[in-house]
Amino acid sequence: MSSTFDTVASIIAETCDIPRDDIKPDSHAINDLGIDSLDFLDIAFAIDKAFAIKLPLERWTQEVNEGAATTEQYFVLRNLCARIDDLVAAKGAVST
Amino acid sequence: MQLEYFQLIDRIVELDLGQRTIRSEAQVPLTSTIFEGHFPGHPLMPGVLLIEAMAQTAGWLVIAATRFERMPFLAAVKEAKLRTFVKPGEILSLQAELVHEGSGYAMTRASAALEGKPVCNAEITFKVMTFPSEEFRARMHEWGRRLKVPIEADANG
Repeated sequence: MSSTFDTVASIIAETCDIPRDDIKPDSHAINDLGIDSLDFLDIAFAIDKAFAIKLPLERWTQEVNEGAATTEQYFVLRNLCARIDDLVAAKGAVST
Repeated sequence: MQLEYFQLIDRIVELDLGQRTIRSEAQVPLTSTIFEGHFPGHPLMPGVLLIEAMAQTAGWLVIAATRFERMPFLAAVKEAKLRTFVKPGEILSLQAELVHEGSGYAMTRASAALEGKPVCNAEITFKVMTFPSEEFRARMHEWGRRLKVPIEADANG
């Protein structure tokens, strides 16, 4: 997770011009870092490219809107990185 | 180009879903009230409309790539460069490339040229959503047919 977090934190710092030291594993991308949905598209694009995955943003948004999930589950960076690791692992399992 | 309807593309010239590229053509009308103000005695195609023409070209690529099941809405324009003037009557050749198809968004690059000379280019981001209504989807499908979006790219192809 730590290397995933380092990559994601660097992406956020560069994309949103947020000081790298302000970005912590427990930071909430929206509530703590002030990233809005449009800026998050740039972050998702960079994450998709960096990890060769496709973050399921639409499904996550739908789940949050329907009350089936909280934003913390997907947008606290520790949790986001765990989701990324899961997606990378699932992709590896499919391709092997 | 029907400026009054904000329909800036005349026809799709080429669509390659394998390469995820599209080319379109658009002739700037000889007359329009827009040219009375932009500018008096010196008519020029407004730069924002050149950007819109690129966005519509890229948008048709996204629609075709999703087999007319999803609608792109303009979300961001980056690195837009307007390199030369475009006058009434000139014919623009536009092209776009689908750089990334994400979950609910698409990243594209688009450009336009006049007789091979670069006119403008930009990176264009879309939010991509299911059509809000079947009527809207059907109308876009019909519009696509008028623009000659290749039939194999449409929903029934």
